[in-house]
Amino acid sequence: LQESESETRLDGETASDSESKSEFGGSSPVPTSDDTPEVLNRALSNLSSRWKNWWVRGILTLAMITFFFIIIYLGPMVLMTIVMCVQIKCFHEIITIGYNVYHSYDLPWFRTLSWYFLLCVNYFFYGETVTDYFFTLVQREEPLRILSKYHRFISFALYLTGFCMFVLSLVKKHYRLQFYMFGWTHVTLLIVVTQSHLIIHNLFEGMIWFIVPISCVICNDIMAYMFGFFFGRTPLIKLSPKKTWEGFIGGFFSTVLFGLLLSYVMSGYRCFTCPVEFNNDTNSFTVDCEPSELFQLQEYNIPVVLQSVVGWKTVRMYPFQIHSIALSTFASLIGPFGGFFASGFKRAFKIKDFANTIPGHGGIMDRFDCQYLMATFVNVYIASFIRGPNPSKLIQQFLTLRPDQQLHIFNTLKAHLVDRGILGSLEDA
Amino acid sequence: EVDLEERLCELDLRSDSDIPDVPPPTDSTPEILKRALSGLSARWKNWWIRGILTLAMISGFFLIIYLGSFMLMLLVLSIQVKCYHEIITIGYRVYHSYDLPWFRSLSWYFLLCVNYFFYGETVADYFATFVQRREQLQFLIRYHRFISFALYLTGFCMFVLSLVKKHYRLQFYMFAWTHVTLLITVTQSHLVIQNLFEGMIWFLVPISSVICNDITAYIFGFFFGRTPLIKLSPKKTWEGFIGGFFSTVVFGFIFSYFLAQHQYFVCPVEYNSETNRFVTECEPSELFQMKKYSLPPLLQAVLGWETVNMYPFQMHSFALSTFASLIGPFGGFFASGFKRAFKIKDFADTIPGHGGIMDRFDCQYLMATFVHVYITSFIRGPNPSKLLKQLLILQPEQQLSVYKTLKSHLVEKGILQPSLRG
Repeated sequence: LQESESETRLDGETASDSESKSEFGGSSPVPTSDDTPEVLNRALSNLSSRWKNWWVRGILTLAMITFFFIIIYLGPMVLMTIVMCVQIKCFHEIITIGYNVYHSYDLPWFRTLSWYFLLCVNYFFYGETVTDYFFTLVQREEPLRILSKYHRFISFALYLTGFCMFVLSLVKKHYRLQFYMFGWTHVTLLIVVTQSHLIIHNLFEGMIWFIVPISCVICNDIMAYMFGFFFGRTPLIKLSPKKTWEGFIGGFFSTVLFGLLLSYVMSGYRCFTCPVEFNNDTNSFTVDCEPSELFQLQEYNIPVVLQSVVGWKTVRMYPFQIHSIALSTFASLIGPFGGFFASGFKRAFKIKDFANTIPGHGGIMDRFDCQYLMATFVNVYIASFIRGPNPSKLIQQFLTLRPDQQLHIFNTLKAHLVDRGILGSLEDA
Repeated sequence: EVDLEERLCELDLRSDSDIPDVPPPTDSTPEILKRALSGLSARWKNWWIRGILTLAMISGFFLIIYLGSFMLMLLVLSIQVKCYHEIITIGYRVYHSYDLPWFRSLSWYFLLCVNYFFYGETVADYFATFVQRREQLQFLIRYHRFISFALYLTGFCMFVLSLVKKHYRLQFYMFAWTHVTLLITVTQSHLVIQNLFEGMIWFLVPISSVICNDITAYIFGFFFGRTPLIKLSPKKTWEGFIGGFFSTVVFGFIFSYFLAQHQYFVCPVEYNSETNRFVTECEPSELFQMKKYSLPPLLQAVLGWETVNMYPFQMHSFALSTFASLIGPFGGFFASGFKRAFKIKDFADTIPGHGGIMDRFDCQYLMATFVHVYITSFIRGPNPSKLLKQLLILQPEQQLSVYKTLKSHLVEKGILQPSLRG
């Protein structure tokens, strides 16, 4: 419907002119089209429009959660494909908004260039991932080996081609629009593609690092809504008038609890806790390993304060559950800022939803706005606190050094190991 | 005030020609020059000012090279900060947004964060020994990414909290403007410094090639220019472009020949923790040792020689000069388009006769990234000290298994004798 709005605009008049300055900035008088499937429409035709909306949202929420579980069941490969599709759809949604805002459908080349840049950045990121995780496969196949060796150079050359095409496509009266769209495309790529790439990295670390953060954000969304619905009184922030402090705090505590429980259940299964590896012989992904320390039950002493409350002296927990507290806390306290950012963005550009993809919920971006920061946080968290660098990647890099550099590093490592007593000075362990 | 947002919306959507021009910049030429040149006509006066300032900048450049790596790094950092300031100021003026709450502080804060992140990564790699000795630095290095991310998040949350009802669109524009500017200026400056650490020649030859291309393209265009090159920059001509290309390749070739002979330029910059200074001393790598090349028969007939003594680096200088001449100008066209889009003549008035710092550095953007990608792809592999740092962070069992793998590899290649112990 936003397309027809732009087409009926008179010269000089914009969609924003006809809107009132109400607090909910997205109050375009034209309602969004009703995407609800016919089936649901008929089933709910008796109810009033408010309850109907609630039911539609509820059913779609259950549908999405079920879909989520099915995909988890289907395994890492399907998950990666889904992440990729979500990323492309989010990019498309944001770019379409940019087009609508700037009425720039007829700018030469621009759609092609935006998709081309998306392809380049994806090629760069996925190339790096593929090189790291599929090392032996890549080394075996000659074309892949060359592509991976000169990967950065090839990616840069592809990007430059796009850059030069942009410069050559600048048209006299539309410079400003074209620069805006260029900037818009790059910021969108920065947000959407890097997040999706980091999610895939988290996934390779172990499916639990993918599922727990995403579930915490979803849980926080739902719980904050429910607490707000039943107990909400004090508004939280002017940007989103429906959010309340009661919802925020209630959501926080429920999400932490939910995170603890979900981690407890998932830590018991190897398919969730093991790093995803690519098995060269079977050419498929496997999740099989000795569970690391994080996923082995340990006894913890309960602090004295809680002992009187709970009645136990010690408790058996997985160390991962402690980490899940950090993840849930971030999801509840900082994650919503991603949502506020998206709300501010929608008000700034006078749109109600990013798109109409999901009936009752809006676009894909509307569902994923709180996830942006979460993926980066989990990735930084893992890199800082959980694992160090990847040993096989280090060996790869080592093998490309010159012999004198290799020898220097080898001797330094040896001295370090001997120093720490890990290696006996006279014998090779 | 209420209409500001509406007027801006209309401003965005009309075509460029409706937007009034910004008044011409003030004349910041120093008084001395003005008096000395008061006799000449305006056109020659402008030419002289440009010429004198060009010489002044080139001399300044040589002086700083002489002063060493540390001064160069400081210079790069100052230029980066000034470029950022220039672009942000343009954004402010375009959007009349001086009075947006918090925004100036936030822009500078983000600049600080991104610099902290990048320079923290560099410092950790190159100053490994310095850092090992100090406990507080160890902590900062180990959790560097987390700290940087936390700092960035703080800025992000402050931005969200600073959103003011009537100014959402402006604030989002400035947020995006800031981020794109950071992407351009800070990453480039960081890559320039990384190139510098590889060896000053990797810093000097690319920058000089771009400057040479600028100057020779201008001169060729001045004398022989006839066919316009691109509508964006009507002063550029094909004759200038092609003449500039050949002169730059020759210049790069000759310049590399001279630089390749001195250890000062050729050696990777290292930090000596005992003397607390940067040193450039080493065995010159293969790239900087003279080799005999057989000339292809075609050139043999032309030049009359059968073989020639060259440094392998000079072959690489071909690639660098070619990029500087063919693709570097696109950075200049991008900046020209940007200036036309926002109806400004120059980025700022910092340098009399030349405009702002950005005006001088617009062709350099792509060069720094290219040189960095070129070095990592074709010249050297990963950074050994970074690799070592990562090895030392691994868990003991992982270190042991890596050690065994490395040992068997070295023995296999004959680099390590199998019978030696310790």
